[in-house]
Amino acid sequence: MIGFSGLTVRYGDTTALHGISERVPAGEWLGVIGANGAGKTTLLNAIAALVPYSGSVTICDRPAGRLSRRELARLIAYVPQRPVLPPDMTVRDYVLLGRTAHIGYLRTETATDRRVCAAAIERLDLSAMADRMLRAMSGGELQRVVIARALAQEAPVLLLDEPTSALDLGRRMDALELIDEVRHERSLTVLSAIHDLTLAGQFADRLLLLAGGQIAATGSAREVLRETTLALHFGAGVHVLTTDTGDIAVISRRMLRPGSGHERQRADRNEYRDPDHDQAGPQRYALNAEPER
Amino acid sequence: MTSTRNVAGSASAAGPVAAESADAGADDAVGRIRTGRPILLASLVLVAAMVIGVAVGPVGLSPLQILDALVARLPWHPHVFVPALDAAIVWQIRLPRVLLGVLVGSMLAGGGAAYQGVFRNPLADPYLLGVAAGAGLGATVVAVSGGSLALTPPAAFAGAVIAVTMTYLLGARAGSAGESPATRSGTGSILLAGIAVAAMLTAFQTYLQQEHTQTLSIVYSWILGGLSAATWSDVWMILPYVVVAAIGLLIHRRFLDVLRVGETEATSLGVNVARVRLIVVVAATLGVAAAVAVSGLIGFVGIIVPHAIRLTAGPSYRVLLPVSMIGGAAFLVLADVVARTAQAPSEVPIGVITALTGAPFFLFVLRSRRARQDLS
Repeated sequence: MIGFSGLTVRYGDTTALHGISERVPAGEWLGVIGANGAGKTTLLNAIAALVPYSGSVTICDRPAGRLSRRELARLIAYVPQRPVLPPDMTVRDYVLLGRTAHIGYLRTETATDRRVCAAAIERLDLSAMADRMLRAMSGGELQRVVIARALAQEAPVLLLDEPTSALDLGRRMDALELIDEVRHERSLTVLSAIHDLTLAGQFADRLLLLAGGQIAATGSAREVLRETTLALHFGAGVHVLTTDTGDIAVISRRMLRPGSGHERQRADRNEYRDPDHDQAGPQRYALNAEPER
Repeated sequence: MTSTRNVAGSASAAGPVAAESADAGADDAVGRIRTGRPILLASLVLVAAMVIGVAVGPVGLSPLQILDALVARLPWHPHVFVPALDAAIVWQIRLPRVLLGVLVGSMLAGGGAAYQGVFRNPLADPYLLGVAAGAGLGATVVAVSGGSLALTPPAAFAGAVIAVTMTYLLGARAGSAGESPATRSGTGSILLAGIAVAAMLTAFQTYLQQEHTQTLSIVYSWILGGLSAATWSDVWMILPYVVVAAIGLLIHRRFLDVLRVGETEATSLGVNVARVRLIVVVAATLGVAAAVAVSGLIGFVGIIVPHAIRLTAGPSYRVLLPVSMIGGAAFLVLADVVARTAQAPSEVPIGVITALTGAPFFLFVLRSRRARQDLS
């Protein structure tokens, strides 16, 4: 379970999160969506206590502000957007880092720690490569290695910051399916920032749309992924389609500069007006071809 | 996962030393980082270096003669005949010098490895945070004020500790306004503060020295460094610092491995980065300052030894830190043997030897390692 209320994060004079509140029940996957700079990563960092914040955060009914780093790391496993992957570290040693918070201060890893790591490596089909150096792994394999480290942490809450941004389409699906399976196996609470709106709708139980550090919408994919909402907050025209399997597909419309041959779409642009950026007006959107990835 | 695979994997990955250790414990629990074999090998090298250090000199001694001289000092020892001259050479001249080399070498190399780990900077050396400049200023103050030479070690030690304290306080405060844990904890600003503090203290030291040119040779020879003045009292004086520093560093080596993924991730994995860094810096600084106080500024050991060990025994600090300490000790003892015999009866500055022998060796290791990687 993750709860936060009145969560505010300031970077100098800039306020990245404006006192937002939300509750993620145990076992739920909450997908956090929003344009670049909307506060997705900041929200994850605040929950993991990696940035100073005001307001309160509760993890599994315990106030995060009173927990030590070790206690926090046993409750939250964090997969960053661009993990640091020491090239000369083996897969096994890297996954073992996930046990850091379980190993006593002056102690070394126990047989239990090694067994948990071996199980995480096995679960992600990495056993054959356990002694390989990270430099010898492909992008998809590295993604699994990072997830294995998070599983070895044995925390009930999993925070994922754009877990699939570096992967191709197939690997991206694999990784998300895997996270979903593991979530069900271990009834993890998952909170992930995710750029791909279609995937966000397919995998998350619920979506939270951030805009300018505030919650613009929450709800099911059907409720949040609406053409007008997305156009407003992403500054790009989209088509939202419902597939015959019931999935929501978000497709960006090409929106090019006036006079570039796509005149017919210009009329659409004028419908979208972002109240926060009124001075920029509709022209602002004319520079955007599609939501940034 | 079978143990056979494990052996093959570690062998190709971690170099010859680790490969042998994997061989030895292949039926052991899967995935344990094996530190025993590299430490044992390094210790054998150190013992050999110490025997050579005591044996070689104007009067050559055989290992047996050394053993006799040592045994003769034991309580309830068997009766052995030891010429008084041999006993004096071993006990009064060579043994304190070799032991001081062991202590100094272990601290320079161990401190270098620790700084490299905690600042995640391969170019970090033990003098990084102002130890050298502070110690140099302390020694210069004693020399120009005409103080007794016996005051030099405490003054150098104090200068080094004060310099690092200044660096740390200035750097950590400058960094405290940062936004991410990495910038907030101030690693980058501590390194920059170290450069500034070192420059300032060196300027002050140069000024003092120019004002008192008659002490130039005293200061210069201290800065060059060496073990020629080694006595038992030096050994006893720095031993407590070395022991405390070694324990402090060794019990935190696991955290240095976690820090390899960066400060933010180490934090999210449950490490209190600021605290670990403070403890490691304090321990390394005490050890290095004590070493510098009795031996001056011996360069190159602190950067070359950890890298040579890293290239042969692998990058895990659990192996790297202890093996660097042992290897640094052996390296400095051997370098000292060369320093006092190459141009006997005069001595070559030991820093010249460490650089002249260390650099080609390091390049050789670097080359062979590269070659092996290219092949694999």
